[in-house]
Amino acid sequence: MALTKERIINQVYEKTQMPKSRCREVVESVFEIIKSTLESGEDLLISGFGKFMVKHKRQRRGRNPQTNEDLQLRARKVVVFKTSGVLRANINNNAG
Amino acid sequence: MNKSQLIEALAKDQGLTIKKAEMVINTIFGSVEESLIKGDRVEIRGFGSFKVKDYDGYQGRNPKTGEIIEVGRKKLPFFKVGKELKERVDN
Repeated sequence: MALTKERIINQVYEKTQMPKSRCREVVESVFEIIKSTLESGEDLLISGFGKFMVKHKRQRRGRNPQTNEDLQLRARKVVVFKTSGVLRANINNNAG
Repeated sequence: MNKSQLIEALAKDQGLTIKKAEMVINTIFGSVEESLIKGDRVEIRGFGSFKVKDYDGYQGRNPKTGEIIEVGRKKLPFFKVGKELKERVDN
């Protein structure tokens, strides 16, 4: 079963024993802080987990693979995630 | 921003003790990690989703020495940015 925000809120509830509505506010706040940090162009490093980075992509010529149509892709900013070595090792060693 | 700065920002924003804020952050990333280890998807609306991709092994080459090396099968988490975050970063 996929992990959703609702299930994360439940886990925070079990761990902290704060009221459910409070847990919801706090979890929403975490994601809002993360989003505004990345929005401001700043990276987010969670040691042992990974790094969310804002990359500046240059303008380039692209192609719609479905229609083969040439198109111009404008310069843009994107978020990329780089997995930490620790998380990567845990995923490869513990998984069944 | 690093993890301790995220903890401080959360504590300040929500009026939590550092200890409680740390517990919250560790629980969130811990549950994401646990799901990925199990091979489950993670889907956080507005932020993004994670899933573990399986990569087959292949024969690689050390570009410096030309030596042939066997690269084993591996799993790597893949993060797909959610719509809201994508739009906000590229404003």
